[in-house]
Amino acid sequence: MGTRAMTRLSSSFAKGRPTFVAFITAGDGDTAANLDALVEGGADVIELGMPFTDPMADGPAIQAANLRSLGAGTTTADVFAIAAAFRQRHPQVPLVLMGYANPMVRRGPEWFAAECARAGVDGVICVDIPPEEDDALGPALRAEGIAPIRLATPTTDARRLPKVLEGSSGFLYYVSVAGITGLQQAATASIAEAVARLKAATDLPVAVGFGVRTPEQAAAIAAHADGVVVGSALVELVGKHGSHAPAHLRELTAALAQAVHGAHQPA
Amino acid sequence: MNQTTPNSFRTMPDERGHFGDYGGRYVAETLMPLVLDLEREYRAAQADPAFQAQFDDLLEHYVGRPSPLYFAERLTEALRVGSPEGRGAQVWFKRDELNHTGAHKINNCIGQILLAMRMGKTRIIAETGAGQHGVATATVCARFGLPCVIYMGATDVARQQPNVFRMKLLGAEVIPVTSGAATLKDAMNEGLRDWVANVHDTFYIIGTAAGPHPYPELVRDFQSVIGKEARAQMLARIGRLPDLLVAAIGGGSNALGLFHPFLDDPEVKMLGVEAAGYGLDGDQHAASLLGGFPGVLHGNRTYLLQNEDGQITEGHSISAGLDYPGIGPEHAWLKDMGRVEYTAITDQEALDAFQLLCRTEGIIPALEPSHAIAAVAKRAKEMDRDRIILANLCGRGDKDIFTVAEHLGVQM
Repeated sequence: MGTRAMTRLSSSFAKGRPTFVAFITAGDGDTAANLDALVEGGADVIELGMPFTDPMADGPAIQAANLRSLGAGTTTADVFAIAAAFRQRHPQVPLVLMGYANPMVRRGPEWFAAECARAGVDGVICVDIPPEEDDALGPALRAEGIAPIRLATPTTDARRLPKVLEGSSGFLYYVSVAGITGLQQAATASIAEAVARLKAATDLPVAVGFGVRTPEQAAAIAAHADGVVVGSALVELVGKHGSHAPAHLRELTAALAQAVHGAHQPA
Repeated sequence: MNQTTPNSFRTMPDERGHFGDYGGRYVAETLMPLVLDLEREYRAAQADPAFQAQFDDLLEHYVGRPSPLYFAERLTEALRVGSPEGRGAQVWFKRDELNHTGAHKINNCIGQILLAMRMGKTRIIAETGAGQHGVATATVCARFGLPCVIYMGATDVARQQPNVFRMKLLGAEVIPVTSGAATLKDAMNEGLRDWVANVHDTFYIIGTAAGPHPYPELVRDFQSVIGKEARAQMLARIGRLPDLLVAAIGGGSNALGLFHPFLDDPEVKMLGVEAAGYGLDGDQHAASLLGGFPGVLHGNRTYLLQNEDGQITEGHSISAGLDYPGIGPEHAWLKDMGRVEYTAITDQEALDAFQLLCRTEGIIPALEPSHAIAAVAKRAKEMDRDRIILANLCGRGDKDIFTVAEHLGVQM
């Protein structure tokens, strides 16, 4: 299972064009229908947010999505049920869980990693477990063949980068701004410079997220990165359109995916 | 939980900032380099006699330290009434409510703003619940001329108007936080969001001995002035150490400040007092150690009020300063090691103790130490008359008179 999981993620980054990663929060609206819309729109990788009461790294859009989901009674079991059903419907689309440490370690890291494996999850992004605290979750994930996907940020300097890369797999998620999700966007030039610096240090694909909202922004970043992540703009559609969200998600995803896939990469 | 008893209880945390299974640095990558910088700077400051000298000077001449050690004679007598023959321990208080700004919070704020300036930071942020830490932070920012932003839950802004106005008088910007339940933990989330977006120039003055390493350690160290003074004062006054230390616990900084210098004195027992709210049997309390489970929040692993899925639950206490779903990681460790005993006191017991101290000693305590006083009242009756209890009177009650009036059914 581990090998297949790694293959799903790595093959999605080996299509000869940049990868589009789409994020929504689990349990916010009709998640199954929303996820299908993302796939139909052309998303290459799905990043599924695990709702948490205290999403410290998130801006207003994803905070609201977390609260809507928890308000609707979403449990950890529900999140894994959503993931497992997605895996049944879409055997080839990589699925990554994103969230915060406490819901992930509540029943023990081994329990969480085993559930991820059972549900067909390919990777896990945990915002508040830096490499220094890898013991809290990393070994359990690796034992199950689940990729621990780490974050690099504008504050991750050259001295620190090897520590971030050590033990990470799947892809490297570059947080393009020092800040929270969904608000400001970094200048393309600074992103290009940062991605070049990261790629010089690792063979992992580098996907860029935080503050990316429009096809134009996505295309500009995709010209330099292996992947682009969009979350808040999609989550806002779920909040705004409720049960009618799938059509809107499909439309925006198509525009974003097209922009990312067609971006010119300098040789 | 039985673990091997260490040779010393005063050597924590380890080099990774862990207190046994607790503590650590559970922060977003953006903050990690800054947290590491802070640790380096704190080590440099610890080795710098000029830093300690400036800290001591400010504590003496600005805060008003040392705070008095006071024998509460009439409270002691009052507690002896109805006690079994020969029982009724002597109750002493460490008077940290006499500090500038009215609580122990300022000790820590002085230390942290000196660190902030060493690091060249030019903007200060903080979270506050009842407003005491916000007022103390605004105070040191005014003293050193740094801009100050205080995050405060909108619910707390509404119920703590006098402290909101105090912060504004001191030049701070108070930002009401409407996310979540709009109380202390949400204010802390918002503080962390501000910090992550302003890492280049901003220093986050955390108000209790919690958060990512090195905060639990440095806050404890700055607050340890309480216990160091008390230890010396006790020896000078009665020639021996107290038998029992008692302090209220929200995040736990005043308790650690008192306890830490005594941790390796085996004859000194210690009692930490959590807020039982309406009672520990329901979910309307703020007793993380007695009613919670270990987990990860706000940068550290510690006991948390949470459900079976790891979602954080909202505590309750009459005291806004104790109304937080977590606790400093060193307390989590001390509980597991059995070095400190923990108990909890209800809203009603705290209100009764509040009134008892007003009438027996002419001291209006804050609701936070009223929890400690209630626990003292119970223990004193069980201890012999020659025993000594030392409790930390960590804040004065001026801020709480409206809350107390409401609970006593008095219109103001």
